[in-house]
Amino acid sequence: MAILVIAEHSNAALGAATLNTVTAAKAIGGDVHVLVAGAGCAAAAEAAAKIDGVAKVLVADDAAYAHQLPENVAPLVAEQGKSYSHVLAPATTTGKNLLPRVAALLDTDQISEIIAVESADTFKRPIYAGNAIATVQSSAAIKVITVRGTGFDAAAAEGGSAAIENIAAGADAGISSFVGEELAKSDRPDLTSARVVVSGGRGMGNGDNFEMLYKLADKLGAAVGASRAAVDAGFVPNDLQVGQTGKIVAPDLYIAVGISGAIQHLAGMSGSKVIVAINKDEDAPIFQVADYGLVADLFEVVPQLDAAL
Amino acid sequence: MKILVAVKRVVDHNVKVRVKADNTGVELANVKMSMNPFCEIGVEEAIRLKEKGVASEVIAVSVGPSAAQEQLRTALALGADRAILVEQDGDISSLTVAKLLKALVDKEQPGLVMLGKQAIDTDNNQTGQMLGALTGYAQGTFASKVEVDGDKVNVTREIDGGLQTVALKLPAIVTTDLRLNEPRYAKLPDIMKAKKKPLDTVTPADLGVTVASTLTTLKVEAPAQRSAGIKVADVATLVEKLKNEAKVI
Ligand SMILES: Cc1cc2nc3c(=O)[nH]c(=O)nc-3n(C[C@H](O)[C@H](O)[C@H](O)COP(=O)(O)OP(=O)(O)OC[C@H]3O[C@@H](n4cnc5c(N)ncnc54)[C@H](O)[C@@H]3O)c2cc1C
Ligand SMILES: Nc1ncnc2c1ncn2[C@@H]1O[C@H](COP(=O)(O)O)[C@@H](O)[C@H]1O
Repeated sequence: MAILVIAEHSNAALGAATLNTVTAAKAIGGDVHVLVAGAGCAAAAEAAAKIDGVAKVLVADDAAYAHQLPENVAPLVAEQGKSYSHVLAPATTTGKNLLPRVAALLDTDQISEIIAVESADTFKRPIYAGNAIATVQSSAAIKVITVRGTGFDAAAAEGGSAAIENIAAGADAGISSFVGEELAKSDRPDLTSARVVVSGGRGMGNGDNFEMLYKLADKLGAAVGASRAAVDAGFVPNDLQVGQTGKIVAPDLYIAVGISGAIQHLAGMSGSKVIVAINKDEDAPIFQVADYGLVADLFEVVPQLDAAL
Repeated sequence: MKILVAVKRVVDHNVKVRVKADNTGVELANVKMSMNPFCEIGVEEAIRLKEKGVASEVIAVSVGPSAAQEQLRTALALGADRAILVEQDGDISSLTVAKLLKALVDKEQPGLVMLGKQAIDTDNNQTGQMLGALTGYAQGTFASKVEVDGDKVNVTREIDGGLQTVALKLPAIVTTDLRLNEPRYAKLPDIMKAKKKPLDTVTPADLGVTVASTLTTLKVEAPAQRSAGIKVADVATLVEKLKNEAKVI
């Protein structure tokens, strides 16, 4: 039995979520192979070969895979996947876009966003915004699974020396093309793997006020997150949204500022080790999950906190 | 161009879902059911495309129990022209839903199929992508902008790093994200009129699809509960606790 992990990468570098997915693969048991489909992706492939516990890296290097268009990548993954017992991808937007298309090509059900491996065919996953945890067993010949990063520790990025094997690329499906992207540029740590996250909600009032949180975050070496309401209102871009339908984070410290604590928000951050809530409404639901609550006007206490650090 | 829009009946997003005592599932008796919020966004987008003259007809489809007619009637009140219920009780896997939708795509030949990015009950986020594979159509998932331009559609997608725009050949599949639009509310006269709009019911067998799944839910449990901690009086106390008690800064 061997397990195929689909790498998350930018051609030039391997995405951190790949490491958590490799850990999930190891928990299932069996040889772990990593597939890197990209264009000019040798650097990503070399990084994948160094991951501790990876036995082999398959590389499909072709212009058709440059932007991870699922119309082009899914047929490749499905073809390769036929030789494996499990096909795993990180539950990132790239993995979520790709893997169900692979599953349907293989005529199999997908198990989304597992947080634990019970055995080679049984997994735990949250449903209903994390209000329930389902234990799901699969009888499929090839188990197609996305992996929630916060459920598994990162595998060591160094220590392995897997063989790298080039595989033939398929044709460009010719039905989709990349037009452009606007990627957020930030020197702060990545939201999903940061040790500390400072998040702002509707209570921040406007985008300019988020400067306070950026300053605080820089002092703490933290990433900045947001509630849906803050994103919808245009205070911050969409890639900052934490929650059921945004990013899932589990830092050592999560500071929620001006966030009420709707269930959809809690779904994305209740796995944090320590939660701090700053809210002027003492009945805000966020206080029910906060280790330390400060009932106060954020415009008074955030500058104080900044000064105290 | 026709637009097919998939609408799922789910537990309302405001309901605090509880796990059943026997761990077989969640409590669904006497719980408010609604249209999946992402499907509302899909219906809204389809109607706007019709209002702009891009679409000629909007067909709402649901797979579910007879009661899912309620959600289809809502879609009709919002402006869909007709509706199809594929009647099937019990849990239905996303792959099966995709197969049923594929059969309807073959029959109706829509130019666009709109789905939500995820159903807020199973949190699967699979069906649109699976339908893409089964039809061989291109997919624009997690859409925050949809622009039909001749024989293609430009879709701006919410991705982890920001936004990405792709051009897809029509017919194509689009799955909606939260920022695509703000759905309207149905007006009373439209709700009345919707009662007279056509709503057909078919079975999976009529569509030649076998309802099956390789997945079995062994148990459903409540998540580990966090307990409320303490309230601190001021910033100085907070910093002291974070340093010396929690040791996180
Ligand atoms: C399908 C669906 C998916 C969703 N997905 C997500 C998701 O992924 N992530 C997410 O976050 N939400 C999500 N939501 C939205 C969620 O239900 C809430 O609406 C949202 O989280 C509320 O954001 P908020 O807490 O910032 O705003 P509000 O609920 O408006 O809370 C603002 C808070 O700020 C406090 N406040 C105001 N001014 C001050 C001040 N000066 N000082 C201190 N405190 C102040 C108020 O007391 C209040 O508690 C989703 C909803 C749906 C229907
Ligand atoms: N039973 C269903 N009936 C109609 N549409 C569905 C059904 N299940 C899923 N869908 C569609 O697929 C989207 C994503 O669902 P899922 O992949 O199950 O998370 C939903 O928002 C719907 O648009």
